[in-house]
Amino acid sequence: MQSTSPHFKQNARDALADDPLQDALAKLAVGFPMRRLEAAARLPEFEGLRDEARDIKTHVLENLDYYLEAYEKKVTESGGHVHWCRDAEEARKTILGICQKAGAKTVTKSKSMISEEIAVNAYLEENGIEPVETDLGEYIIQLRKEPPSHIIAPAIHLSKEQVAETFRNAHLDLAADRSLVEPRALLEEARAKLREKFLGADVGLTGANMLIAETGTNVLVTNEGNADLTNNLPRVHVVIASIEKIVPTLEDASTILRVLARSATGQDISVYTTFCTGPKRAEDLDGPEEYHVVLLDNGRSDMIGSEFHEMLRCIRCGACLNHCPIYKSVGGHAYGWVYSGPMGAVLIPNLIGMEEAQHLPNASTLCGKCESVCPMRIPLPKMLRKWRERQFKAEMGSTTARWALKSWAWLAKRPALYRKAMNIGVAILGQFGGRGRFKSLPLASGWTSKRDLAAPIGDTFISQYHKGARGDQSGALMRKKVHK
Amino acid sequence: MSETSKPNVGLFATCLVDLMRPVVGFAAVKLLEDAGCSVSVPQNQTCCGQPAYNSGDKADAADIAKSVITTFEGFDYVVAPSGSCAGMIKDHYPEALADDPAWSARADALAVKTFELMSFLTDVMKVTATGAAFEGTVTYHDSCSGLRELGIKNQPRALLSAVEGLSIAEGNETETCCGFGGLFCVKYPDISEKMVDAKVDDIVSTGADTVLAGDLGCLMNIAGRLQRRGIPIKARHASEVLAGMTAAPAIGEPPDNEMSGE
Amino acid sequence: MSARDEILGKLKSKLEHANAPNGDNPAALHIQEHHKNLIPKRGDLDKAQRVDLFCQEATRVNATINRLTSMDDVPDQVSAYLREHQLPAKIKIAPHQDLKALDWQQKTSLMVDEGRGAGDDGVSVSMAYGGVAETGTLVMASGPETPTSLNFLPLDHIVVVRADDIAGNYEAVWERIRAKSGPGKLPRTVNWITGPSRTADIEQTLLLGAHGPQRLHILIVDQPAT
Repeated sequence: MQSTSPHFKQNARDALADDPLQDALAKLAVGFPMRRLEAAARLPEFEGLRDEARDIKTHVLENLDYYLEAYEKKVTESGGHVHWCRDAEEARKTILGICQKAGAKTVTKSKSMISEEIAVNAYLEENGIEPVETDLGEYIIQLRKEPPSHIIAPAIHLSKEQVAETFRNAHLDLAADRSLVEPRALLEEARAKLREKFLGADVGLTGANMLIAETGTNVLVTNEGNADLTNNLPRVHVVIASIEKIVPTLEDASTILRVLARSATGQDISVYTTFCTGPKRAEDLDGPEEYHVVLLDNGRSDMIGSEFHEMLRCIRCGACLNHCPIYKSVGGHAYGWVYSGPMGAVLIPNLIGMEEAQHLPNASTLCGKCESVCPMRIPLPKMLRKWRERQFKAEMGSTTARWALKSWAWLAKRPALYRKAMNIGVAILGQFGGRGRFKSLPLASGWTSKRDLAAPIGDTFISQYHKGARGDQSGALMRKKVHK
Repeated sequence: MSETSKPNVGLFATCLVDLMRPVVGFAAVKLLEDAGCSVSVPQNQTCCGQPAYNSGDKADAADIAKSVITTFEGFDYVVAPSGSCAGMIKDHYPEALADDPAWSARADALAVKTFELMSFLTDVMKVTATGAAFEGTVTYHDSCSGLRELGIKNQPRALLSAVEGLSIAEGNETETCCGFGGLFCVKYPDISEKMVDAKVDDIVSTGADTVLAGDLGCLMNIAGRLQRRGIPIKARHASEVLAGMTAAPAIGEPPDNEMSGE
Repeated sequence: MSARDEILGKLKSKLEHANAPNGDNPAALHIQEHHKNLIPKRGDLDKAQRVDLFCQEATRVNATINRLTSMDDVPDQVSAYLREHQLPAKIKIAPHQDLKALDWQQKTSLMVDEGRGAGDDGVSVSMAYGGVAETGTLVMASGPETPTSLNFLPLDHIVVVRADDIAGNYEAVWERIRAKSGPGKLPRTVNWITGPSRTADIEQTLLLGAHGPQRLHILIVDQPAT
């Protein structure tokens, strides 16, 4: 997928002016956090489970090669095929090859961020195969030719009116007098349309929330049941997953599942949590004849052992998005690529390059809310700062800002000079800030365009203190000196 | 330090207090002395280095850290009227100097004895009341670093509850970032504006006439926006109220022109 | 060099394993032990309390429940359900021996089909492998008597589960499955089902019946399997 991340600032401005989006974000801002808190409150062991989930993934990453080999062995033993792919192009070609061999005309898909990463839909279409997104949100944005705006609720930015309009434009057999005003009507329309696709698909392409090494199993987590119709009905089931999705055992998967839904939507567990292992057995009445796993690297092995190693613990729950004040202000599209929110700001530069994604780690106050809710305890602010360090070394970003920072640091290391300079600066500002504040100030327009700037009152604290002031009436003594 | 002698506290004033609002420094000194500390204000201090650190300038941040450590490591405690500066020294100096064997241990040692002001008063000096009086309803904003790096939540509220005449009205979004974030607010002013507006709306919804916090960066941001929107709610550093030093103009307010000289 | 070799090679050089890969690597050991992690206490109950908790949790997520003392009561309950929801008198049952053994013809006037799911199925009746009290979750396992498609295609899904098979936590069910399937093996599909299908993708409004069943009705039978 082509990124618009370099245009983050403009994207953000557009997002801030987008009223339906702002309404949706306002709802999300309250809903998800509240539900997560309620779910956590109902489970006394929640914090302990977060620690264990972190430890499981830490252990996996330390032994990722062994676990991948063990996983592959089990998939093969159960009658499945593992295809290793270095990058997006190899993955696309592999998936196309499987589909062509199966004579596929239609491929149903359940939600997979990886499939967005490799832009497989467009590629299949170019090659005469119809990919159909079946997750309701993904289906809607597929019709609108938009990328997802949230990693678990892809159409969250849309109003129901926008959805109705989308259906009217795309579902050509929709009767003009059929009401699509209510969400239920929209749902029923989508259900009927997609039911045809589910039943007629030749290949089902799913992601995987986890890959269990013990049994060679992929785990799917949905509320709609679309992943289940996708993985069960077609003749061929293809799983696309990146290499860090491995967990060791069924017990480990269960631990992570206990923190996943609670962190994501506030549910104790999603409606459908499905464990698929290989193709159907000879005696089964349904299920796919073929089972393929496309294991994708696409930059993950580069992250192992790097400053961003811990990012590989991410289970794509979306909690960080739901709690991030920046995400909640501008939504997912502003980030410009597949992922968004704090996890996107850390991951995207790893996948598309630091230069293209340079705004993302900077558009943060490092407030730390993300880390506080991450079920895997990923130190997101620390990693955002690591990106800033790399950018600083590479001399990226505004020269003025760099110069200003360097000057400040230079002064800060020279206390005597600092003191002299600050005393002068404060006196000058104090002279001009007669009304107590500045509405505008040269060189400070970044601040004063949005807020007043309080003016200093009197000399610096340190010089006053060392002249003996103790400020009983808060500088009344000092005011006489600077007041005009 | 013997049982009977006073703890020797080095006040880390912070650059914002030093330059923009000295009354906070005076309030801090008063509160610490009233609590039984002997307070020094080293003249050598400048900045904690956080602007450099958060901008990725690790080298300068490390250098500044070294000079802060040198200036302050002789004290029993280092106290700052700011969660973010105290957090910088406590959490990030050890990180910034982790690879420097000569300095790493000294950074760790300083971290252990560095505190934000209000939590120092309650947690270390066991202060339960500062003896101040303040008529009015206040609301408190939880600055991000103080809250998430240092666990400061109840301590300011405990001290403020003991102020005679003062009542606290809690907002719904006290823990939500105000949009300051150091350079963030000037680099991404549109987003910062949205965030500070949400914070201001929450403050207005409490009905309080004053907003308090423990960090001047947040307070200047919030005060600036309140004033730009013409909302007459005042902003002060919580220490000003706790020390009974509220005769001074609130943040961004003009000095009282009619006040006769003393 | 194949992609596999390249990816694994990169990982191996970065991970610097101390021990030789003679089969005793930390991954193999961990998998072999498959120890249990922290398990919430909430499911740590006796059988009667487990069933109560299961009912409480499943109801919370919009499943409906009837408790029966015998499998023989199932046909009547299914009939009653269809009448209550004004549904056509037609069901498809999983070809499970316990369901096939029931007296559908004598006790009801339902048209009873058996087999895998089809696109026009309205109501299905399946037999659960088990249940999990901690979240009111049904566990379904694919097999010759338990087609997975019956769990997803119909609008109404009726599931029969024995009270004895309702465990306190997920781990207990995995132990049962592991014993049955053998180490390192699973049936093609294990489903955890918790309530009927739902979505909140349109304006964050909760709706039931997205692609899977709109209604999930659970019949808990307190009669041990013979």
